[in-house]
Amino acid sequence: MADTALQTKVQQTPEVAGAPKPAGALDARLAELTLPQDTLAAARQDALSRLREMGLPGPRDEYWRYTDPRPFNAPRPTALPLSGAGDSPLFGTTERLRLVFVDGVFDADASDALALDGVEISRLADGADWAAGLYGTLEAAGQKPVRRPFAALNTGFATDGLLIRVTGKPARPIHIIHRRGSAEADAMWHHTIRLEPGAELTLLETGATGARSNGVIEADLGQGARFHHIAAKRAGDAKTGVAHIFARVAAEAQFKSFSLAVGGTQMRHEGVIDIAGDDAVAHIAAAALGDASAAPFHHDDTIFITHGAERCESRQVFKKVLKNGATGVFQGKILVKPGAQKTDGYQISQALLLDEASQFLAKPELEIYADDVKCSHGSTTGAIDEDALFYLRSRGVPHARAVVFLVLSFLADALEEVEDEALRSEINEALDAWLTDQAAI
Amino acid sequence: MLKINNLHVKLEEEDKQILKGLSLEVPAGQVHAIMGPNGSGKSTLSYVLSGRDGYEVTEGEAHLDGESLLDMEPEERAAAGLFLAFQYPVEIPGVGNMTFLRTAVNAQRKARGETELSSGEFLKEVRAKAAELQISPDMLKRPVNVGFSGGEKKRNEILQMAMLAPRMCIMDETDSGLDVDAMRLVSEGVNALRSPDRSFLVITHYQRLLNHIQPDVVHIMSNGRIVKSGGPELALEVEENGYGDLLAEAG
Repeated sequence: MADTALQTKVQQTPEVAGAPKPAGALDARLAELTLPQDTLAAARQDALSRLREMGLPGPRDEYWRYTDPRPFNAPRPTALPLSGAGDSPLFGTTERLRLVFVDGVFDADASDALALDGVEISRLADGADWAAGLYGTLEAAGQKPVRRPFAALNTGFATDGLLIRVTGKPARPIHIIHRRGSAEADAMWHHTIRLEPGAELTLLETGATGARSNGVIEADLGQGARFHHIAAKRAGDAKTGVAHIFARVAAEAQFKSFSLAVGGTQMRHEGVIDIAGDDAVAHIAAAALGDASAAPFHHDDTIFITHGAERCESRQVFKKVLKNGATGVFQGKILVKPGAQKTDGYQISQALLLDEASQFLAKPELEIYADDVKCSHGSTTGAIDEDALFYLRSRGVPHARAVVFLVLSFLADALEEVEDEALRSEINEALDAWLTDQAAI
Repeated sequence: MLKINNLHVKLEEEDKQILKGLSLEVPAGQVHAIMGPNGSGKSTLSYVLSGRDGYEVTEGEAHLDGESLLDMEPEERAAAGLFLAFQYPVEIPGVGNMTFLRTAVNAQRKARGETELSSGEFLKEVRAKAAELQISPDMLKRPVNVGFSGGEKKRNEILQMAMLAPRMCIMDETDSGLDVDAMRLVSEGVNALRSPDRSFLVITHYQRLLNHIQPDVVHIMSNGRIVKSGGPELALEVEENGYGDLLAEAG
């Protein structure tokens, strides 16, 4: 059911025989959704207008060539039975603020109180004065030059999410625990985070959500702020999902994001980072592990980093381990604007193919308009290193165990981007257990 | 201990015969050295014995304590007591030296039906042995061979040898890339491991290593075969005159 506000905006596209029109697909998609009437209604309306201008992606869309947009365009997700798996064991022993989301909707009863020293937190529905001018703005800015229709869709229709304003240096990280509640859920959540100058926050995310999911994080970092995002998405759930992170990084601020994806059917991860102030740092890294033996596996990282200031550093580290016909995609861009001198940009994307049926498609891009910069990129696709495999086996390490060691070794550069050593070794151990006997992540 | 009989080996992917009827026997407790010019097949012998892919045995056999080695997987050969110290130890980023070593020790113990070492027992043993080889606690914590100097890598090989306590140790040009002090340390490590029920096959280009690790027998290898065997004086002869005369004499 669409509400009135939506109805007034809907304009039917004329029917044309032949290929389905993207706008028709958008109408069908929107017919399933209701635009929430909350304090963010104006921003939601703007997002809907952006979406109408863009339409949904089609196969000829430059950034959707390698990933089929149809599962994301479909009005409803394909039902996905609940796996019955409990919460991820990850970060269980870390002191943190636990916030539980079931299919993208906050579950207050299962969560800690929304209170943390140095942080103001509220739900989207409750709003916050500071958020009215921020919610949707980083997403909107991130639509140029590459359009990201599902992010605009999310800003318009997100059912829940958090508005987080960090004014200090909280003693504990915030841990968002995703859970699944129904087999048909089309989860859409949106977190908007503002770090005031000098503030610091670590945001942890674990679990799985929805039969299909669409997540947006907007992070606005004030001068000298530090934001560390660590996401580890659950194994074993064959689902469709798109996750976006939009960041604006002010002078001397530091943004770091690491995500781990294990399993899943069709996943798209978009990162859009605007380095807006001098001497800032932005690192984004991800590790994805896919086995297509039970269900198809397709994982796509699409990253866009803009350097708009001097002496900034950016780093993209993307690793994929692919097996049994799995597909990995990496589209990563570094744009250095005129005047962004002394930029240090680095990008690496690598795939470890565990068989000949799997494939990795990489499209690294550099676009540089300043003359005193250092930018490098590399992309490799390879099999297990036979020399290293033999070395391990010659010491008595069984073949299967040796392969696990080499997979962990391959992923090490990406995991290095998790700054906290305890968290990093916890993720490494969880990965080891998952690779060894499919233990939950 | 190690018995190799008429071993013929070719490269799997090309029609190139490397070993052409090599026979060799290393009795328990002895140290044998193999010397020979480049391309004579010394490293191939070490790889074939330890089970590396890429070689095809066309004829002959190799036994360790009566067990046929050539049918076993590399990890089974290791559990049976064979150890190869690599000429170029491999770097494995992201895998801790200790984790790797403990996994190897316990996998071998498990394969032999022995109880696995607890982490306390393992730590105690590895620390003591590392100290003897002047391997710092920091090196133990670092990823396998990553950022190690040439000497540190070779000492790490000897540490693995000490922890795994193999019966038959093959050392493939362990002296390459070592300075004098590192060679002494490595040799002391090896000598400390000499025992009546452990044997060594030391592959080297230079006699110098054999000043530190005194061999019982020296073999000269050429063109895929052992062409001459003798006492330690054979190594001195090579050092002085090169291989020319020896090979001519052997035909």
